[in-house]
Amino acid sequence: MGENTGGGTRTVHEILDSSLDSVDHAEQVAMDLAQESGFEEEDLHKIGMSVRECMVNAVVHGNRYNAQKKVDFSISLANGRYTIRIADQGDGFELSDLPDPLAEENLLRHSGRGIFLVRAFMDDFQVRRISPSGTEVILVKNVVAPA
Amino acid sequence: MSVKLTNRQVGDVSVVDVAGRITLGEGSSALRDCMRDMIAKSQRKILLNLSEVTYIDSSGIGELVSGFTTVTNAGGQLKLLGLTKRVKDLLQITKLYTVFDVHEEEAHAIRSFT
Repeated sequence: MGENTGGGTRTVHEILDSSLDSVDHAEQVAMDLAQESGFEEEDLHKIGMSVRECMVNAVVHGNRYNAQKKVDFSISLANGRYTIRIADQGDGFELSDLPDPLAEENLLRHSGRGIFLVRAFMDDFQVRRISPSGTEVILVKNVVAPA
Repeated sequence: MSVKLTNRQVGDVSVVDVAGRITLGEGSSALRDCMRDMIAKSQRKILLNLSEVTYIDSSGIGELVSGFTTVTNAGGQLKLLGLTKRVKDLLQITKLYTVFDVHEEEAHAIRSFT
């Protein structure tokens, strides 16, 4: 793991196994750094849960727990933006293919709410396929300066 | 601790006190197993006390929904008690708050079963 706390910027970069332990670990790292960066309790929860949801997608749906596949996890704090990048080595997916969890016919579905919650909790959320295979998600929470 | 489930009987209502985290893995599996066990034992009036739940993710929400549909399809009732602000907020933004019958007081919840 690399970490740089000098000059008002912070970065973390880790290569994680495709396991639920990695999900817990990434969530904790993201919350710890967010707390050090001055985020309040409610935003810490939103950041932690968003990282959890995206890590679950990467480990379970992307890499399918394949021990040969890794999750590239990084965080940077710069220019007032707390940015988290999570990239898996799976087959990828299209956001447009995801059903709307708020649609009447989907309300009682067992799954399909993770990405919806991430979009609700973060200030910016982007997904793209990466080469040769995999999905990269970028999560951003803006740091609000104290009044 | 991931999650702790404690069953107790109040009249003909099965109350499950849930404490800890309901997340993908141990937490959601424990809740799923508990619900299946109660259905298998023909328990049809189930009250989930979530007042000690510290964290729930989308998988945990999915287990609540799955339990609700399973119990309802079996002719029973599943209700929720004592939502923390975070759980309540999650159910509201996912439009599930109105799907569940939610109570703040156990005695009131018990009486609401028909």
